[in-house]
Amino acid sequence: MTSIGTGYDLSSSTFSPEGRVFQTEYAMKSVENSGTAVGARCSDGVVIAVEKVYHSRMMMKGSLRRVHFVEKHIGVGIAGLLPDGRQMVSKCREEATQYREVYGEPVPGRVLVDRLARFTHLYTLYWHVRSFGCSALVAAYDAEGPQLYMVEPSGMLMRYNACATGKAKQQAKTELEKLKLGELTCREAVTELAKTIVNVHDSTKDKLYELEMLWVCEESGRTAQFVPQELIDEARKAAEDEKDREDDDDDMDDA
Amino acid sequence: MFGGQDSKQHTVQPYVTGTSVIGLKCADGVVLGADTLVSYGSLAKNRKTSRLMTVSNHCSLGFSGEYSDFQEIKSTLEELMISEYCMADNIPMQPRAIHQYLARVMYEARNKQDPLYNQLVIGGVLPATGEGYLGLVDLLGTNYESEMIATGYGTYIALPLLRKAYRPDITVAEGRKVIEDCLRVLYYRDARSIDTVQISTVTKEGAETTEPFKLETSWDFKKFKAGSRLIDESTW
Repeated sequence: MTSIGTGYDLSSSTFSPEGRVFQTEYAMKSVENSGTAVGARCSDGVVIAVEKVYHSRMMMKGSLRRVHFVEKHIGVGIAGLLPDGRQMVSKCREEATQYREVYGEPVPGRVLVDRLARFTHLYTLYWHVRSFGCSALVAAYDAEGPQLYMVEPSGMLMRYNACATGKAKQQAKTELEKLKLGELTCREAVTELAKTIVNVHDSTKDKLYELEMLWVCEESGRTAQFVPQELIDEARKAAEDEKDREDDDDDMDDA
Repeated sequence: MFGGQDSKQHTVQPYVTGTSVIGLKCADGVVLGADTLVSYGSLAKNRKTSRLMTVSNHCSLGFSGEYSDFQEIKSTLEELMISEYCMADNIPMQPRAIHQYLARVMYEARNKQDPLYNQLVIGGVLPATGEGYLGLVDLLGTNYESEMIATGYGTYIALPLLRKAYRPDITVAEGRKVIEDCLRVLYYRDARSIDTVQISTVTKEGAETTEPFKLETSWDFKKFKAGSRLIDESTW
């Protein structure tokens, strides 16, 4: 980044000579400092999993929640700055309500994420506001079927079969690419996503973390719901056991 | 002057209306009943319109009065329940809270001199104990709780019957029969009613509203037979 420190990164309304907007890129950096979030669109719905790193040993389980519901059939997972994410969630709820009021039916996922992306993008255009330091994974199930989207701080919106963001996104993406998403059910995906999060989790840096998951699938009646805690615990335990075994094997190889 | 540039006219009378709603609090829940007629003045316009709605797992609502105003209230409540859903805190909204919320909505509208022309009957259970809850709000924002509630014509016809049938230990199953009987009497007496009705029961297990069904009625009284009365002998 040759232009860094030469005054081109002071405002989101300034381009660098190479045509980049550094402030927006910095915002994306703040997502990369956060716990990993992954999502997968399966044959019967969508699952989102977020690695919630504890800021403190004394933090209570369940606080600073990173998965949210914005409508009965739409759930959001947040990676990055949580307060910024909550702002996004509030906006989504507002838009969902507004859509219902005007059209008398639940908002389609496609419309909602489009509005969210426009909102996010607006905050990259003016010097007097700060961009969002978070990405939102959006899971929806409507007439169009199950859908997974990600909105990034730049306002970029994409629809995915599977996606990852946060600290270990590269590693997580590689793991997700191995999955056969067309055949996978959500129940199976819970195990797979837990495995992904456990594998990419860096236990040397972040000791305590919580696994938060939501799904919108046939099993949940096409409504956004938390994945039952027993299911998450089970999946996490299985993944951790497997990881331990592999680590032991590696140690044996070394010896 | 009326209708001048600075004046504004609000709803002063209802046009499309539903007649009575009745409710009975029971030991293990609550029962609401209403017919499915929505009239345009004295014309029986819509004969299969539900006047009961299930608000949540623990709460049902019935209305009498202006239908369009009720539709507004209904969408307000649906919005409330969605925000409740999004909260995802596992703390269900109590029927008492919904009652109070509606009282605020009605009273606010009334204070703008533009009331929502309804009487609303709220029936529910307290999720923790399973105890029934029955309340009313009217277009002025007046609100109260009672063991038995009836609106409109039902105040005169059904309320005395409900009072007679009420016992603190009456069950929902018994209450259902009482409500059905009251609806039948209302159908006999109230010219703005119809014999297709719905009944909503709310117990610890959940809130349930039946599909519209026909009341059994009997008209084979001697006086009803053609020719049994003097005026039956037509002079034309």
